[in-house]
Amino acid sequence: MLKSVIGLRRFSILLGALGIFAGAGSAVAQEAEGLTPANVRVENIASVQRGARIYFNYCSGCHSIKYMSYSRLSEDLKLSPDDVLASFAFTGAKIGDQVVSNMPEANSALWFGKTPPDLSLEARAKGPDWIYHYLKSFYLDPTRPTGWNNTVFPNVSMPNVLWELQGQQRAVMAPAKAGEDAQVEKLELAVPGAESPAAYDDTARDVTAFLAYVGEPAALVRESTGLWVVLYLAFFTFLAWLLKHEFWKDVH
Amino acid sequence: MANIFTSACRGIGNWVTDRAPGMMPMYRKHMTEYYAPKNFNFWYYFGSLALVVLVNQIFTGIFLTMFYKPGAATAFDSVEYIMRDVQWGWLIRYMHEVGASMFFIVVYLHMFRGLMYGSFKKPRELVWLLGMLIFLTLMAEAFMGYVLPWGNMSFWGAKVIISLFGAIPFIGDALVQWIMGDFNPADATLNRFFALHVVALPLVLLLLVVLHIAALHEVGSNNPDGVEIKKNKDPVTHVPLDGIRFHPYYTVKDLFGVGFFLIICAFIIFFQPTLGGWFLENDNFIPANNLVTPAEIKPVWYFTPFYAILRVIPSKGLGVFVMFASIIVLFLVPWLDRGPVKSIRYRGLGYKVALGVFAVTFLLFGAIGAGKSAEWIPAIFGASADVSGIEMHFGWFLLACYFGFFAFLWAYTYFGYEKTKPVPERVTTHA
Repeated sequence: MLKSVIGLRRFSILLGALGIFAGAGSAVAQEAEGLTPANVRVENIASVQRGARIYFNYCSGCHSIKYMSYSRLSEDLKLSPDDVLASFAFTGAKIGDQVVSNMPEANSALWFGKTPPDLSLEARAKGPDWIYHYLKSFYLDPTRPTGWNNTVFPNVSMPNVLWELQGQQRAVMAPAKAGEDAQVEKLELAVPGAESPAAYDDTARDVTAFLAYVGEPAALVRESTGLWVVLYLAFFTFLAWLLKHEFWKDVH
Repeated sequence: MANIFTSACRGIGNWVTDRAPGMMPMYRKHMTEYYAPKNFNFWYYFGSLALVVLVNQIFTGIFLTMFYKPGAATAFDSVEYIMRDVQWGWLIRYMHEVGASMFFIVVYLHMFRGLMYGSFKKPRELVWLLGMLIFLTLMAEAFMGYVLPWGNMSFWGAKVIISLFGAIPFIGDALVQWIMGDFNPADATLNRFFALHVVALPLVLLLLVVLHIAALHEVGSNNPDGVEIKKNKDPVTHVPLDGIRFHPYYTVKDLFGVGFFLIICAFIIFFQPTLGGWFLENDNFIPANNLVTPAEIKPVWYFTPFYAILRVIPSKGLGVFVMFASIIVLFLVPWLDRGPVKSIRYRGLGYKVALGVFAVTFLLFGAIGAGKSAEWIPAIFGASADVSGIEMHFGWFLLACYFGFFAFLWAYTYFGYEKTKPVPERVTTHA
């Protein structure tokens, strides 16, 4: 009897260790090169839907998300196919088509110096936090061809397409050190946009949530599936422990 | 009804036994009448766990092969197709990818167990050698598998690793081109790596695993006390007094271990499938591009200790030589260590300290290979520290520790400096 109590305690210590392990895992995910977390939740379908609206109105003219189809968007974002076609498919695409921009590559390379990249996996390559801060870090810079620069992505080819919403930011430069170029100290809002800074933060977060979803559509079901798998395995492991305990009674 | 069923089963059993009389004796030899020491501890789970991961890699690999399309123009797209459009494809891919990393975690712990309890010593040298061959094959298998998604880190990792063969005098450059089938990693490289990853190396791996287990069962398992249980047999039955049948005792115990291990795997697969970029790197979500180099080219975590050796030796030729030597020297451990006592429990303090230093050295090399110096050195020595200089000199110190372990091991045991404790006649504890 005493032995089985000790065994049970050891089992619960193991489970406790697993809990710590899970906590450490989520801490790993939130670390992204000094950027404050965007706190994006892909499970928040309303946020992803709002992000999709912004994406298709402001981004999709240049940026494809070729690994997504309109039908998959309709299914995952709980929108009817008709709604998706009416609100998102400005290219004349059909419901089963991939989301591809109509901009010819040769021209876009000429216009921007670089073809706007496909954004299907942007959230996986750079991380959601990066996208969130990138969208908030454009500032006016007359030395750049488009008149815009970005502190998160210096000398980016892309102009701030969300300026109507965000307004126009100006860079406040720190005093230059000897022999070095002046660095941007902070950005300040020079001309307000249609949205307040707080509302624009939410907009940037919604677009980020949409791109995080686009990067991994399976994320919508992954964690909820995982919960059942882990519960099943915990039960299985408990039974296996009981079985082991029973068999090992005659080992002295 | 039950009688019909049991008699049918017995009938089929007898039919097979008549035609293959060696089968049941073989089953008994390896399962029900394989006597394993009864004092296995935590460290003895990793052998069966390695087998579980191997089976996982084979099964998930078969399903991935059904949808993956080798080829420079198709590979990346087909992986995304698996991740998005194939039913449960994301799960299969994550199981395979997490499985690869878990394989190395399990194998490294399994090898460390061998060093702790002297499982490589006579009469188990062959078991150790076959295990080292498995480790080498596994490294080749993992490297080629990493190239298959054809992300940007796949491409640049392949370029860097294959170019290591260029350090071989005279034939190096020709050899590199021969391996790649091109002047850069390209379509030809990807297709041959696919063939090797899914057919050739798994066959070699399976054969070696069978031989590893067969060799083990010839001599019997070691244990945390390092006591040979075959020395104390029951005079009548000839069964080792400290041995218990592998089946059912260790099959049920390992079943528990497997369950616990799978919980950890499931946590990673479902909640952290990239483990913050450690198991699946961010740069590999960008398609291979021979014009754009990733900010930092580094291998996946399980190769970083060996990659660090390349990093801290400025000469490429010497770096490659020392890196291969760092693996080869592990093969020689059974002959370097001449101490009669197997288990760390009864060995001298020198061995305990040396093995601890060796393990820490390996982990620190891993951190250097993963590029942690750029974070840690400024944090310790201040922002103006010469990161690459400090890393290089510290790396040389670690190299001395790494190879010093083997030199110490030989001198310590050959000249009889080791003060061992008396080894008990029988095993002491059991779980």
